[in-house]
Amino acid sequence: MADEELVQLLSPEGERVTQKDYESTLSGDQIFGFYRDMVIIRRICNEGTSLQRQGQLALWAPIQGQEAAQIGAGRALGPMDFTFPTYREHGIAWCRGIPPVDWFRLFRAVSNGGWDPQKYRHSVPTVVLGNQALNAVGYAMGVQRDGAEEAVVAFFGDGASSQGDVLESFVWAASFNAPVVFFLQNNQWAISEPSSLQAKIPLYHRAEGFGFPGVRVDGNDVLAVYEVTRRALELARVGGGPTLIEAFTYRMGAHTTSDDPTRYRVDAEVEVWKHRDPVERVKSLLVHEYKVKKTALNEVTAEAEAMALQLREDVLAMGRPDPITMFDHAYAAPHPLIDEGRREMIEMGISGGSH
Amino acid sequence: MATTTMTMAKALNEGLRRAMEKNKKVLLMGEDIGKLGGVFRITDGLQKDFGEDRVIDAPLAESAIVGTAVGLAIRGYRTIVEIQFDGFVYPAFDQIVSQVAKLHKRSDGVYNMGLVIRLPFQGGIGAIEHHSESPEAYFAQTAGLRVVSCSTANDAYWMIQQSIEHDDPIIFCEPMSRYWEKGEVDLENPPHGLFDAVVRREGSDVTIVGYGASLKTILRAADTAQTEGISVEVIDARSLAPLDLDTMIASINKTGRLIAVQESPHTASVGSEIVAELSERCFYSLRAPGVRVSGYHVPYPPTRLEDDYRPTVDRILDAVDRVMGF
Repeated sequence: MADEELVQLLSPEGERVTQKDYESTLSGDQIFGFYRDMVIIRRICNEGTSLQRQGQLALWAPIQGQEAAQIGAGRALGPMDFTFPTYREHGIAWCRGIPPVDWFRLFRAVSNGGWDPQKYRHSVPTVVLGNQALNAVGYAMGVQRDGAEEAVVAFFGDGASSQGDVLESFVWAASFNAPVVFFLQNNQWAISEPSSLQAKIPLYHRAEGFGFPGVRVDGNDVLAVYEVTRRALELARVGGGPTLIEAFTYRMGAHTTSDDPTRYRVDAEVEVWKHRDPVERVKSLLVHEYKVKKTALNEVTAEAEAMALQLREDVLAMGRPDPITMFDHAYAAPHPLIDEGRREMIEMGISGGSH
Repeated sequence: MATTTMTMAKALNEGLRRAMEKNKKVLLMGEDIGKLGGVFRITDGLQKDFGEDRVIDAPLAESAIVGTAVGLAIRGYRTIVEIQFDGFVYPAFDQIVSQVAKLHKRSDGVYNMGLVIRLPFQGGIGAIEHHSESPEAYFAQTAGLRVVSCSTANDAYWMIQQSIEHDDPIIFCEPMSRYWEKGEVDLENPPHGLFDAVVRREGSDVTIVGYGASLKTILRAADTAQTEGISVEVIDARSLAPLDLDTMIASINKTGRLIAVQESPHTASVGSEIVAELSERCFYSLRAPGVRVSGYHVPYPPTRLEDDYRPTVDRILDAVDRVMGF
């Protein structure tokens, strides 16, 4: 990491860092809250991996290592902001108040979505890389037309940054001065391909070529991510246009449970990033600066443990949907082929027809 | 009945205007649709009257045109996007099949994906490559989409408005070669439902189904067949997905012979679907196998040759002879 480029407010050792452009506005209670968020989503994500290994999920996309990037961004959101995720934004879903079990519907293969996107102001997962960046810009153009002071966030990664849709979304956001924040989590790896294959320059530099600001933030520093995102959202809400945030982070685990990272990356690299762990540095700050007691930290661990167990129960209780539900919402209006499919399924005895 | 004569291009323009007047959430977006009024002038004068916020000149990126229309739909806007020419829709194919077609489902019905993708299509305008294609089958096969096509000015006026009001995403195929042909437009009453096939000419010996630019050619072939004593019933499919099979079945039960006409190649086409469905549903009424008259299985040819590629009156009459002589 070229440190002068990187916005950082908390060192990997948990010590405050002074920055020219940013300072932390967070109280001890808020930082403790972020710590709790990160511990909980890390534990829940680990449960996801276990559930997949036990054959209970079709797939799981872990976020270990990226907790600060997601909690920092997620906690910076205003209640009316709208977010467009990939399939790995579990931390954002948590911040938006979506029950963890709902994040698992996609991976349990019982739904292609999982929650009410309008209720939580968090769109459904996008699996095709980069599509959501354009959808986010379009939504932001709607916000503009409504004259609303709301911001929109498009989440994507270093791999998707090569997609035409992402680059087109930069063009459009700039042309229309759309109230959108592009939140790029550079976790260094797109399955087996290093980010150096996607870009020969720091990814945030791309923004300048499109005509809007880009900033690289230490994605493992929740304090810095929070401040950088907050400022970009405020800028967007008042007509200041788009910002590209590159959260420089690391995917500690596999891309998904179908992946084996030992085939393409060296242990030494993982070791380096272990020392930059996003949770440990906040814990260190809480203990040393805010004198948070071990009991308080242990309570968080216990809470996370209980939530993971509850999640496990909820996931296991998630049964196979009635096959006839596949016809629901395929179209908004009546459609003869939907009627025909339903009828056939009932006649064949595949479904009783309740849905 | 207040009818007026106008070109299909003007009818589309008037239909868009009326939809924009009725609903403030209706937006238009596309390349060169503002000051220029679109390369075919379909949106002529609309930006002047409705402003740049509602008639949006898009940067030149088709995936973005459709992808941002998706976001606008999520926000509650209803966007009619213009793809400048058929052959330029492919950069947007990913957004259309992965997002437009699936987001209503993926959101469990929460997102309304009511948007219209206007697609000038078919040949006959003597253009260079990528300006004369018939990509409708790609979209007809995609669950979540509906595909319609107009063949008259009156249909253009009404079908575009009906499409805008409809809650599912619609691929709206406009036959470029018919843009400048005039027809009577009834400004008060829509002639048909959006998804209805229409019998354009009644007959008793052969049913010919087509859509878009092919209709005029089919009707001419029917006139010629009449002089030879063969009575042709002509059906304008109008809705390519879903198909209005009831109208077609009623016709086949009467004539017993079927020809489907289209400019796209045969393979996995709308015409193939028509023939397959009607073979399955009207087996005992058919006196001959259904046949297709299509473009050849080659890339759309240089347009000096397009009159030998697109279904002609002669090729349609040859098919009539074949089904009559079976």
